[in-house]
Amino acid sequence: MKFSIERAVLLKAVAQAQSVVERRNTIPILANVLIEAEGDSVQFRATDLDIEVVDKASAMVERAGATTVAAVTLNEIVRKLPDGALVTLTEDGVKGRLTIEAGRSNFSLATLPKEDFPVMASSDYATNFAAPAPVLRRLFDKSKFAISTEETRYYLNGVYMHVATGEDGPALRCVATDGHRLARIDAALPDGASDMPGVIVPRKTVGELRKLLDDDDMQIAVSVSETKVRFATPNITLTSKVIDGTFPDYTRVIPQGNTRRLEVDASDFAKAVDRVATVSSERSRAVKLSLDEDRLVLSVNAPDSGAATEELAVAYDDERLEIGFNAKYLLEIASQVDRENAVFLFNSSGDPTLMREGNDTSAVYVVMPMRV
Amino acid sequence: MHDELWDLSIAHMDCDAFYASVEKRDNPELQDKPVIIGGGKRGVVSTACYIARIRGVRSAMPMFQALKLCPDAVVVRPRMDAYAEASRAVRALMDELTPQIEPLSLDEAFLDLTGTARLHGAPPAIMLARLVKRMKEELGLSGSIGLSHNKFLAKVASDLDKPRGFSVIGKAETVDFLKPKPVRLIWGIGPATQASLDKAGIHTIGDLHRWEKDQLTERFGQTGERLFHLARGEDFRRISPNAPVKSISKETTFFEDTSDPDVLDGHLWRLSEQVSARAKAKDKAGRVVTLKLKTKAFKTITKRQSLHQPTQMADTIYRVARSLYDAAGNTGPFRLIGVGISDLTAAQDADREGDLLDPDACRRANAERATDKIRAKFGTDAIKKGRALR
Repeated sequence: MKFSIERAVLLKAVAQAQSVVERRNTIPILANVLIEAEGDSVQFRATDLDIEVVDKASAMVERAGATTVAAVTLNEIVRKLPDGALVTLTEDGVKGRLTIEAGRSNFSLATLPKEDFPVMASSDYATNFAAPAPVLRRLFDKSKFAISTEETRYYLNGVYMHVATGEDGPALRCVATDGHRLARIDAALPDGASDMPGVIVPRKTVGELRKLLDDDDMQIAVSVSETKVRFATPNITLTSKVIDGTFPDYTRVIPQGNTRRLEVDASDFAKAVDRVATVSSERSRAVKLSLDEDRLVLSVNAPDSGAATEELAVAYDDERLEIGFNAKYLLEIASQVDRENAVFLFNSSGDPTLMREGNDTSAVYVVMPMRV
Repeated sequence: MHDELWDLSIAHMDCDAFYASVEKRDNPELQDKPVIIGGGKRGVVSTACYIARIRGVRSAMPMFQALKLCPDAVVVRPRMDAYAEASRAVRALMDELTPQIEPLSLDEAFLDLTGTARLHGAPPAIMLARLVKRMKEELGLSGSIGLSHNKFLAKVASDLDKPRGFSVIGKAETVDFLKPKPVRLIWGIGPATQASLDKAGIHTIGDLHRWEKDQLTERFGQTGERLFHLARGEDFRRISPNAPVKSISKETTFFEDTSDPDVLDGHLWRLSEQVSARAKAKDKAGRVVTLKLKTKAFKTITKRQSLHQPTQMADTIYRVARSLYDAAGNTGPFRLIGVGISDLTAAQDADREGDLLDPDACRRANAERATDKIRAKFGTDAIKKGRALR
């Protein structure tokens, strides 16, 4: 195998590969990227056995062939090469070495046989549809903060992507929760998606997927089966197993009868929360919201370290209410609001609170209060 | 009279069949009946009163087995809050004797009464006798005292004449007393150490005397050095009331190795309740829950889970421990199971947030808290579960 490729193109492909590769590996081949050169392009394939990324880049292929080398090392080398360099990768098959040449730099990396590289079995995808990159970006960006990291509730360690009936008809919906907060994001259902089985897309996949979604004009081909999900651009294909579990019935969790309405400028609110939370010990960052006629007082009282209060002018005309929240959660949901005011709907100080942007019900957040 | 009686000042106080005694105190009808604490569908004995013990019932025994031995036993579900409350009352009495108290669990503690004779106008032995008398008269609970010159021997002594015992081990007879005793008398010798000691031909504490310190250390590592000293009745640990508590845990070794998930689940629940009660008594909450299992082959499996928020609730501890058990896969049979919490914080930071996906958890926690509060204010009897009134 021998091919030459532009440094920037190579870097993009290799960077994507090495982020999939697990840092601590007991199986050596899993630390490697499979490089396959044929025709006028080269494919870079990496996997952690749950996720597989295949990145195709155009190159001048002199001699077709395939091999595997350590993804992290290759990435480091390419990253350190000067911008604009032309990189030549050669593998003569006999010595078990891949040489990388650029200008006067010359590297030689140990290879492992391509036959040992585990290629993910293909799946029968029941559903195939196309979705614009910005739509997927919004669905996952606005929900991923609520993904649980608790391993015992593994079925919460991802975003539940499924078809649902939203306010404006059928929707492609993403839900994530860790039991303390929940995000429910809707988008118009793309053509061909109506039969999609609901799948829990793992946290790591969501992270990898994000790298495919930067280009606003891109259409992403989405394929879904009961066990796998695939996102593809013309050059990159991300295939992932989905979490084998049942996502809990989140609809029960979303309060329907909360009537006490608070409207506040999200950015002012977030800044105030951030300020008062400063005095609180890191472990129990509880912020108390005291609501009265068009007035919101945020306060933190940490016996060991100090106290803080801040008053905000808001729209609120219900009964007085005192309710506490984890400051981090308030900041996270407030930061999801980017266009209009944040609207909070409360019930009592012990019940889940709902938050949305203005009257837009296509992105709804639920947060559990804290005793203060 | 013992020659050293007025000189010894390190004591171990151990309540007699503590849970059962609290139940008998709170419900006099139980007084003359065999009482077993534990049960429900969980099916494990937590504590048995002395009447039930005469019939062979022991802690950690499966309930069906206990009831076979003692069919007329009254089975009472544990009320950990009541026990924590009683424990606090006992502690208050001990506090009057000395500030040097090191509680080991709800029902036992070390007391260092060194130098208190002038303050009280009476030697430690007298003060300890008064303590158990007051416990009986004021709290309706009996306890056994071990009095000696270090912690190891004080603890051994308190067990010599239970219940309502008062045993003394003086310096003069320490070695003669220990020599014929089996090595498992030494604190910290579990089945694993026991097995390797057996292999070395060490069965009694006297056998240990034949070994040099170097030989023991070489063979058993740090444990070896400890064994060398303890065999001679030397224990250099101090009673440290302020030693920061790093974790709270409870474990139990089974009568028979088991891989029965129902039995193990029963133990998990019982241990979680005990850990929770201790956490509540100490005003602590843990951020990490640990499950410990020991297999038949003495392999120890430890699984831990960090929590989103610290907890002291039995319910939460149990649920996490249970999920750790499920995740461990049933690789039994096991000979031991343990539950613990660590990364401790103040109780005020605990359990402040509910769980969206488990609204009942919030209600259960609120009920548990409300009960605790009322009991703290009006006493243990202010709230009783329906079954306690029958």
